[in-house]
Amino acid sequence: MPRRLTRRIFPHPFLTLLLVVVWCLLINQLSAGTVVFGLILGTLVPILTAAYWPNRPRLGNPIKFALYVLVVIWDILVANVQVAIIVLFKRNAAMQPAWVPVPLDIRTPEAIAILAGTITLTPGTVSADLSAEGHALLVHALDAPDPDAVRDTIKHRYERRLKEIFE
Amino acid sequence: MTFIAEIAICTALVVGGVFMLVGSYGLVKLDAPMSRLHAPTKATTLGVGSLLLAAILYSFATGGGSLHETLIVTFLFVTAPVSAHFIAKVHIHRKHTRQELPDPPEDRVWATKDRPAGDGRNG
Repeated sequence: MPRRLTRRIFPHPFLTLLLVVVWCLLINQLSAGTVVFGLILGTLVPILTAAYWPNRPRLGNPIKFALYVLVVIWDILVANVQVAIIVLFKRNAAMQPAWVPVPLDIRTPEAIAILAGTITLTPGTVSADLSAEGHALLVHALDAPDPDAVRDTIKHRYERRLKEIFE
Repeated sequence: MTFIAEIAICTALVVGGVFMLVGSYGLVKLDAPMSRLHAPTKATTLGVGSLLLAAILYSFATGGGSLHETLIVTFLFVTAPVSAHFIAKVHIHRKHTRQELPDPPEDRVWATKDRPAGDGRNG
């Protein structure tokens, strides 16, 4: 019974935590009052919106997720420089843009959304479309002499990690 | 403000400015619609991120301390790919793509090209 009650009050514990943190950042001051009001919001908003979120996204391993975020930030830094060099010093005619279809192993909608976002944030690739049944992702690469290599990087570097985190 | 803090803030500002400039230049220089999409997604990630890092460093160096900016970065990182995705879908929908789309490896068709059976419109 107490477990069901906690579930009632905190339908999405991660969302509650996130709302408290966002509220404190918005106020930009850490005091007891801010945290308490953040907690009130963090309790009310998930309860009011619980009907629209029937399933909680399951976050398997928060440490792995933090590692994933670090990997992505590092990749953004490195790839930005590479793409800046391409944009500045490569003639348009010499570029080889390519469509890269990426078959997906992950099925969780949240994981696919994060993967698509990651692909767009890491420069040089933009996720352009999802296949009708959600089993493949269409990626556009700015300069890819070897499209298969782009696909393999995405699958090994990002999708494998997301699969471990979400599934 | 210490000398090291000043150097760190200036470096972050210059790096941010350079990447914003490269992003805008890319928007003008690249010629294909889909390639052009790459430039703005780049400018927001590292350019804005670096400028906001400078703002955070400055606030801590002057003693105020502010982490507001992390929210801006987070929201940008969440919304930029979504808008890029929609722009890409518009390009696909209006056939502003130089190369033909490859077939999806597993499913029937890409979502943007999907239309209910019996819909006679083409294009």
